[in-house]
Amino acid sequence: MTLSAYAICLKGIIWREGLRFLHQRERFVSALVRPLVWLFIFAAGFRQVLGISIIPPYETYILYEVYITPGLLAMIQLFNGMQSSLSMVYDREMGNMRVLLLSPFPRWFLLLGKLIAGTLVSVLQCYAYLLIAWLWEIEPPPLGYLTVLPALLLVGLMLGALGMLLSSLIKQLENFAGVMNFVIFPMFFASSALYPLWRVREGSPWLYYVCQFNPFTHAVELIRFALYTQFNPTAFAVVFGCAVAFMLGALVAYDPSRGLMALRGAPGAAA
Amino acid sequence: MTAPALEARGVSHSYGARKALDDVSFSVASGAFSVLLGLNGAGKSTLFSLVTRLFALRRGSLAVLGCDLQREPRKALAQLGVVFQSRTLDLDLSVAQNFFYHAALHGIGKAQADARTAELLAAVQLGDRANDKVRNLSGGQMRRVEIARALLHRPRLLVLDEPTVGLDIGARADILTLVRGLIASEGMSVLWATHLTDEVVETDEVIVLHKGKVRATGLARDLSRQTGAADIKQAFMRLIEAEAQP
Repeated sequence: MTLSAYAICLKGIIWREGLRFLHQRERFVSALVRPLVWLFIFAAGFRQVLGISIIPPYETYILYEVYITPGLLAMIQLFNGMQSSLSMVYDREMGNMRVLLLSPFPRWFLLLGKLIAGTLVSVLQCYAYLLIAWLWEIEPPPLGYLTVLPALLLVGLMLGALGMLLSSLIKQLENFAGVMNFVIFPMFFASSALYPLWRVREGSPWLYYVCQFNPFTHAVELIRFALYTQFNPTAFAVVFGCAVAFMLGALVAYDPSRGLMALRGAPGAAA
Repeated sequence: MTAPALEARGVSHSYGARKALDDVSFSVASGAFSVLLGLNGAGKSTLFSLVTRLFALRRGSLAVLGCDLQREPRKALAQLGVVFQSRTLDLDLSVAQNFFYHAALHGIGKAQADARTAELLAAVQLGDRANDKVRNLSGGQMRRVEIARALLHRPRLLVLDEPTVGLDIGARADILTLVRGLIASEGMSVLWATHLTDEVVETDEVIVLHKGKVRATGLARDLSRQTGAADIKQAFMRLIEAEAQP
């Protein structure tokens, strides 16, 4: 296979993911509505309750809406990653996954292509959210819109890879509700998305340590710093490391000779 | 000497303690229409999952046109066209979009894919449905689309797992005629898995699979003669019943 054949294949995977996203308009709307509800209702309500001290990367006191914006961007990507996972389970049940895995390209390349496609979709959603947030007078520095892009890409890859890994563990579409309860909610709430960690430590030291070990916390912080044109090396290291680990896990899980598919058999295959 | 289109040697596969395939060996001659004949649960779909690398091959070997599936998987897959028992088309995309996606997964560019799509859809008499959503096609039309799509990258071996399941008698006959015609028009080999003996003709190479084991192989007419049967249906019943005798 030539390099241009690889490019054609990657383009095709991204094109299909984009087309599916466009076909599912309600998915785009709900992806946007969810963080906006948090921004317009939750943040407005809690603005007076949750005071935020001056913490990096902010150089002054900020409104609560400003504080939770990076967390909501990460939330968009978290839901998108899990949505990709859901669509992979659906594809497996409907047989579309077989078409992908039958390609003569290496399996790691196909899965990485799917991951990149999902990440690009999530980044588009994030920028749509940032546009609406800007109208709500949440205005990070103009350069921040550019510097946040690599952070969004990396976080998107990490959460997409986590979704892919989870999709290999989910046997049926019906089991996906468990992902909501056991992955999305704990990851989101036990993080710095809604409240700074110093406040968490005041309330519950053990929860503080849980938040510290949660890769989603570092994803939020990576986005927060990048949106304000700063770099958080710890957050980057954790997110990068987790992205690689989840990707490797997903590759092993989808490897017919080693993964979970080998143990329980490919979906939809009768004897 | 030409390598067989597909060669299985000592293939075994288990789901936990249950053995789905037990020391299966056979070969599909190049340029032939071969039928993998077996009842539901015989192990046909498991064999397909091994041939298409959806399952890992743990015992035995499989080779597509001389390319070992373990050692040269990508070369083997590039020569293989597959139609699964369950539908694998994206219902929300148009017929042409499904073809374009399949072409991309084989590294085929748009211009080439468009030309081939038009040619194949015309061959399956669906040239006017290219822009229709797959969801709006009938079951028989979807099957024809799947067969055409499987040929897009010009494979040399086409494997079909019970492709006529759920179709009416007319659609079944159309699909069978279409696939038999491909051997001449596309110069390819075909492995057709089915449990329906009326899809077999006397000159077909038949592999009888029952309870995970190959019971017999040979031309349909030879199997009928060897078992003293009037036709392949009777021969098939005798072959699988013989195993049940003490």
